[in-house]
Amino acid sequence: MADLALQQQLDPVNPPLVLGERDYHGITKDVAQIGEGKTPKQWYIAIGITASITGILGLMLLYLVVNGIGVWGNNSPVGWAWDITNFVFWIGIGHAGTLISAILFLFRQKWRTSINRAAEAMTLFAVACAAIYPLFHTGRPWRAVYWLFPFPNPALDMWQNFRSPLMWDVFAVSTYGTVSALFWFVGLIPDLATLRDRAIANNDKLRSYIFGTLSLGWRGSAKAWKHYELAYMILAGLSTPLVLSVHTIVSFDFATSILPGWHTTIFPPYFVAGAIFSGFAMVMTLMVISRWALNLQHLITMKHLENMNKIMLATGTVVGYAYATEMFIAYYSGNMYERFAFYNRAFGPYWWAYWTMVSCNVLVPQIFWFKKLRLNIPVMFVASLLINVGMWFERFVIIATSLHRDYLPGSWGYFRPTPVDMLTFFGTFGLFLTLFLAFVRFLPMIAISEVKGIMPHGKAHAAHSEVAH
Amino acid sequence: MSSVDPTLVQLSPNSEPRKYWRSLDELANTPKFRDWLHREFPESASELVDDKSRRTMLKLMAASFGLAGLTACRRPEQKILPQSKGIEDYIPGKPQFYATAYTQGGVASGLLVECHDGRPTKIEGNPRHGYSLGSASAFAQASLLNLYDPDRAKYPMKEGVRMKWDDFTVFAQPHFAGLGQGQDLRFLVEPSSSPSLAAVKQHALSKYPGAKWIEYEPLNRDEAIAGAQIAFGQPLEVHHQFEKAEVILSLDFDFLGLDSPTILPVKQFSNARRVESKEDHMSRLYVVEPSYTVTGGMADHRLRSRAADVRTVAAELLKQLGGLTVLNGATTPHGRWIAAAAKDLKAHAGKSLVVAGPRQPAAVHALVALINQQLGNLGQTVTYTKVADGWRPQLEQLKELAADLAAGRVKTLVILGGNPVYTAPTDLALADKFKQVPVSILLSEQDNETAAVVKWALPETHYLETWGDALAADGTPTVQQPMIEPLYEGKSKSELLALLTGYKDKRPYDIVRNQWFASLPGDKEKAWRKALHDGIVESAPKAAPVSATPNAQKVSEAFAALKPAGQGTEVNFFASAGAYDGRFSNNAWMQEAPEPMTKLTWDNAALLSPATAKQLGVESGDLLEIAVGGAKTPMPALIQPGHADNSISISLGYGRTRVGRVGNGVGHNAGAVRTSDAFWFGSGSVAKTGRKYPLSHTQEHFSMEGRPIVREATLEHFHHHPDFAKHAVHVPKLFSLYDEHTYEKGAQWGMVIDLNTCIGCNACVVACQSENNIPVVGKDQVARGREMHWIRLDRYYSNDPNDPQVVTHPMACQQCESAPCEVVCPVAATVHSPEGLNEMAYNRCVGTRYCANNCPYKVRRFNFLEYHKDITEVGKMAHNPDVSVRMRGVMEKCNYCVQRIQEARIAAKADGRRPIRDGEVKTACMQTCPADAIVFGNINDPESRISKLRKQDANYGVLEELNTRPRTTYLAKLRNPNPELA
Repeated sequence: MADLALQQQLDPVNPPLVLGERDYHGITKDVAQIGEGKTPKQWYIAIGITASITGILGLMLLYLVVNGIGVWGNNSPVGWAWDITNFVFWIGIGHAGTLISAILFLFRQKWRTSINRAAEAMTLFAVACAAIYPLFHTGRPWRAVYWLFPFPNPALDMWQNFRSPLMWDVFAVSTYGTVSALFWFVGLIPDLATLRDRAIANNDKLRSYIFGTLSLGWRGSAKAWKHYELAYMILAGLSTPLVLSVHTIVSFDFATSILPGWHTTIFPPYFVAGAIFSGFAMVMTLMVISRWALNLQHLITMKHLENMNKIMLATGTVVGYAYATEMFIAYYSGNMYERFAFYNRAFGPYWWAYWTMVSCNVLVPQIFWFKKLRLNIPVMFVASLLINVGMWFERFVIIATSLHRDYLPGSWGYFRPTPVDMLTFFGTFGLFLTLFLAFVRFLPMIAISEVKGIMPHGKAHAAHSEVAH
Repeated sequence: MSSVDPTLVQLSPNSEPRKYWRSLDELANTPKFRDWLHREFPESASELVDDKSRRTMLKLMAASFGLAGLTACRRPEQKILPQSKGIEDYIPGKPQFYATAYTQGGVASGLLVECHDGRPTKIEGNPRHGYSLGSASAFAQASLLNLYDPDRAKYPMKEGVRMKWDDFTVFAQPHFAGLGQGQDLRFLVEPSSSPSLAAVKQHALSKYPGAKWIEYEPLNRDEAIAGAQIAFGQPLEVHHQFEKAEVILSLDFDFLGLDSPTILPVKQFSNARRVESKEDHMSRLYVVEPSYTVTGGMADHRLRSRAADVRTVAAELLKQLGGLTVLNGATTPHGRWIAAAAKDLKAHAGKSLVVAGPRQPAAVHALVALINQQLGNLGQTVTYTKVADGWRPQLEQLKELAADLAAGRVKTLVILGGNPVYTAPTDLALADKFKQVPVSILLSEQDNETAAVVKWALPETHYLETWGDALAADGTPTVQQPMIEPLYEGKSKSELLALLTGYKDKRPYDIVRNQWFASLPGDKEKAWRKALHDGIVESAPKAAPVSATPNAQKVSEAFAALKPAGQGTEVNFFASAGAYDGRFSNNAWMQEAPEPMTKLTWDNAALLSPATAKQLGVESGDLLEIAVGGAKTPMPALIQPGHADNSISISLGYGRTRVGRVGNGVGHNAGAVRTSDAFWFGSGSVAKTGRKYPLSHTQEHFSMEGRPIVREATLEHFHHHPDFAKHAVHVPKLFSLYDEHTYEKGAQWGMVIDLNTCIGCNACVVACQSENNIPVVGKDQVARGREMHWIRLDRYYSNDPNDPQVVTHPMACQQCESAPCEVVCPVAATVHSPEGLNEMAYNRCVGTRYCANNCPYKVRRFNFLEYHKDITEVGKMAHNPDVSVRMRGVMEKCNYCVQRIQEARIAAKADGRRPIRDGEVKTACMQTCPADAIVFGNINDPESRISKLRKQDANYGVLEELNTRPRTTYLAKLRNPNPELA
C-alpha cells in the first residue's frame, strides 16, 4: 500500500493509472483469476443475503399486485411517492456508467478504463431496478405491461397517447437500456475471449463453452481490432446523447406538468447533473468496496477515486446551483403558487426532507475541495453514501412535496410510507447487489484489454505470458 | 300447459283490491296458488319437501307475481312464464319513478324514487311536494342504503332465537285477547304524523282504554311547541317563511341543517339570497349559536355564544326592541351587536324573522314569539298551527313510562320503531327496566340495542317496502308507496298494530287506502290513482294558521323560572350530520359523508373553541372524558374555530354497540351523558385521559392561503364592482402547440355553481355517490386521503381564527376544455368528448395516476384498493345499472352524469331528432341541490339558464389563470353585512 502511494506521489501531475510491477499478463491474471478460482465463502454469504433481500422484493411486488396500490402510502393528492422517487433514483444511478464509458471515452479520459466496466454493469442493474417501478406503480400492471408498449394492440384498439411524457419515458428508458447493454457487451468481447482462452488452457469445458459462445469468435486479429474499435466508438457516440436524453425525458414527466414545483424549465440540465452526481456516488461506493475486497488497489488507484471525487464536487455544486436558481426563480416569478411551492419545500411539513437533501447534496461534496479529504477513503466512502441518500431525497422532495400541497388548500394532504413501500425499495437494493455480485464473480469487472492500452509500453512485456495476447 | 291463472297475475285497477296487493304469506299460502304452482313447475315443486327452500321459493314466486301488476319485481331464480302481453309502459332497462314519502321527526318529505327492474336505486325529491320541491336531503337520499342494509332486522326473534311470524301470532293473539282493559299495556312509539297509523292507534286505544301511548324521539321539537304553550296558552307548531324575511336572526337554530326535518327552509332561504342582477335583494342573516352549523356558515353576522347564554341575547334583543324587560340584572357583553341587529330587525318590521332552535328551552321560544309580535312578524313571516290533540312533551311521557316500569305497572310493552334503549336519557335506565317487563315486543328496522333487551324483536319494513302515509309540515297528506316487496319478513307499524289489536284492515295497503279513499272527491278511484301518482292527496285540507297573541306576563314568568346555567363546561348535544340520532349508524354513505364544518368522517368528537382547548391544554385528537351528572363518556377532542368558549358540543348517534358491521363501535356515545336534566345542554366537566384517538378528515387545511379560490365580496361592494370576481386574477392568453378545439357545434355542457346560495349540506355528495356507484372506503382509507367522493365540499375559514367566517366550495371535475389530465395519460384513458366532457374510459385505464397529479383541482379519485369487495349481494341492489362499477387500479371522477345526458339524448332522438331541451338533463347533484345552487346545461344555447348565468358579472372559473378553461364556473360569494357592525 505504501509502495503504491509512493508511486503516485512521484508524479502528482499525471500519476500512473496502473500501479505496482505488473505486466500485461499480470493484469490479465489479476482480473481473470477473480472468476476462475474457487468461489470464496464470503461471496456465498454475501449473495445469500442479497438474494434474500431480492426475495423480499418479489414478495412485496406480489402482495402489491394482489391487493392494489393501496398497500403503499400513495394517496390523493400524493399520487406518486416512493414509487417514482425510486424510479428516478435508480435511473439516475445508471447515469455514471454511460457517462464514464461513452463521454469520457470520447474525451480520451484514460482513467476511465479501470472503472468503466463495473460502472456500465452498474448502469444496467440500476436500469433493471428502475424498470420495476414504471410497471408496478400502475394500478393494473397486467394491462400496463403491454399497453405501455407502443404497438397498436387489439385490447387498446388504438395508439397510445404520444403526447404523454410517460410514453416518452417508455422510449427513453428502453432505448437507454438497450444501448447500454449493447455497449457493455461489445466492450466485453475481447475480455470474454481472454477468459475463453484461459479456460481452454485450464481445460475447463464449461467455461470455455460459455465464454466461447459469448465472445462471438473473437480472435484478436488486427482487422478485428480495427472494426471493434470503430464499432465501440460509434456506440460511444450513440450513447453520449442518451446520457443527456434519458434524464432529460424523465425530467419531462415533471417539467411538462402544471404542478408548481414540477413545472420548471431548469429540470433537464438539473436532472442530468443530479443523475451524474448520484451515479458517481454509487460507483464510488461500489469501487471502494470492490478494490478492497478483490485486491484491485493497483488498478483502481487513488487517481481514479480522486477524479471521481472531483466530478462529484462539480456536479454537486451544479445541483446546489440549481436549487438556488429554483428558489430565486420561484420568488422572482411573482407567481403565488410557485412561491408557495418552494417556500413549502424548505419550511413546510417536509422541511426535514429538503434540508437533508441540501446538506447531503450541496454541503457534503464541498469537502472535496480539500485534497486530503479527496484522498481519504473512509471519508469518500461515507460521502458517497450520504450523496446517494441526498439524491434520493432530492427526488422525494420534488415529487412528494410538490404534490402534497398544490393549488387548492382544501385538498392538501400528507404522505407517509407504509412498510410495503420501504421493503419494496429495500428489495431493489437486493436485486441490484445480487446482480452486481454475480457480475464480479463471473465476468471481468475491469476491462482487461483497455487497461493494457494505457500501460506504459516498456513494462508491458517484462515477462512473457504463455497465453497469447 | 294451462295458462296462468289471471286472478293471480292480472291485476287491473278494477279488480278486487285483495288481489291487487297481497301480503306474501297470504298470497303464497292459498291452496289455489300452491296447487297451480305444483302443476306448473314440477321441478320446483319437488323442492317443497324442504321447508326452508319451499318458503323461499314460494315467497319469490309470490313476490314476482304479486308485483307483476305494478311492474316492480325481484326476479325469481326459477323459470317463470312470460306474459303473452308486454306490461304496459315497461321498457326493460329503463327506470321507472314512483312517488313516496320519507319521514324524519314525524314530518314528511315527498320523494320520487328511481327503480330499475323493481329495485329502488336512487332517491330524488318529489317536485310536486311542497316541502321537497324536487330536492332531497342527504339523509333522505342515503335512506336507500338502509333498505339494503345487510344487517337489518330480518326475522322475528324471540330472545335471540329466530322464529316465524306464525309463532309470534300464536303467542300474541291469545295474549292480547287476554289483556282486558289494557291497564298494564304500554305502547312506546316513534312519533309519526301518519293519519292511517293514527286510525289504528285510535282503534287500539279504544280496545284497550287503560293502555298508554307514549311517543318519544331523541331529537324532537317539543321545546318549540311548549314555548307556544307558554306564549299562546296552547301547544302550537311554528312555521317560518324564510323567503319573505329580509332580516333573519337565528337563536341556536340550524334551520338550514339538522334542525329542519325537510329541506324547505333551504329552498326559501336561498331564494331570498340569490343575487343574479343588481336589483336582486339579498336577505341578511344573524346567527347566535354555540357550535358552528351550516346555518352559522351562511351568517352575515355570527355571534358565538354558549347555549345557556342565548336566552340573554334573546332577552336583550326584546329589550332593545322596546319590549318587555325580562332580564333581571343579567347582562350580555354583546350589547353593540344586539343593538345593531335590533335596529336592523326593527327597520324591517313585518319582514323580519327571529327564530329559536329546538335545543333552546320553551321560555326562549315563548320570548321569541314576543319578539316576533313586537316586530309585527306574526302572521307574516311566522305562523302557528295546531298540533295533534293530547300533545304532551315526549320527555315527560317517557319519564312517566320509566316510573310505571319501575313500579312494575307494565306487563306488556310494545315498542314501535326507534331505539329507546340507546336514545333515551341515561338516567331513565330503560335497558334494565325493559328487561323486567314480562312481555316486551319491539318492531324495528335495526337489530339494535333495544332488540337485545326485549322478549320479541320483530323486523320492521323499510319505508320503501310498505304502504304508509304521513303529513307534511303544513298538513299535506303524503302517500308512502312501496317500491319493492319486503326484502325480509318485515311488517309496518300499522300492520303489526292491526295484527295485535284486530283492526278491520290487516294489510298496509288496505289500511292506507281505506284511510283516504272515502274522503277523496269526485271519481274516487281516479283521485286515488292521482294521489299515488303525485305522491300527495291534494284535496285534503291544509292546517289552518292559528292567530293568537302571546301573553307577555306568562312569558315573563316562564323566563324567570328558567333553570340558571350551571357552573363548569357547558355540554351541548346535537344531531350528527352522519348518523343523525343513530338511525344512520349502519349507513356507510352517511358515515363517510364529511361533517359539513369539521370534515370529520366515521366519528363524532367533542368540538371546542381554540381558547377553551388552550385553557384545558387539549389538542385535536386527545381523548377526553366528559362527565355530566354522574355519567361519563370518552370523546376525542376536535378544535372547532368559531365555537363558543367554555362549551363543548358532542353529537348523537355514535358509539353504537349493536347496529351492524358498518356502525358498530364507530365513534363514541354522546347519549351516555345525556340525561333528562341535560337533554339538550347542561353543565358538565371535561378531563383529559392522556390517550390519543385518531380522527379521519377529508380536509386537513382550512385556510385559503390568500388564493383567489372562493371570491367573496359584500353586497355593497358587488353593487359598485359587479365584476370584482373577474379581476381577482389575470388570465393570460393560451399559446398552444396543438390546434385547440373550438367547441362551437352541438351541445356543449357546462355547470355553474352559485357559491352564494350553497350551504354545504352534503346532499349533492350523497346524491352523486348513489347515482354513480361510488364506493365507501372506510375510516382508515379516509385518513390516508383516499376518499372517493366525486364531488366534495371544500370548507375554508377566513378572518379571526377564534371567530372565523366560513365559505363552502363545491368541487368536482371542472371538465376543462384544455384539460391537463388528458395530455399526460399514456394510454389515452381520459379524453375529451365533442360535447366538452372530459371522459373516462375505465377499461383503458392502467392507473398511472399521472392525471390526478396533473389535475390542479385534485378531483380525480383512484381506486387504491378493491373498494367494492365488501359489498354484499343485497348491497349490490343499490347500484345504478347505468353506471359501471370501477375495479381497483382505475381512476374515476365526475363526468357530469354522462349516463343522464345519454338518456336524454336517446329520448330526444326518439322524439323526432330534436335537440335536448334546457333542463332536460339534470346531473344528480343539481337535481337534488336544496339551494338550487347548481345549474347544468348547454352553454352553446344562448337561451339556456346556464348561458345566462355564465354571462353574469359574478361568474368566474377557479384557477382559470392556468388556462385550463374549466366548464364548471362559479358565481362569487356575497355577504350582506350590517354596515353598523362592519
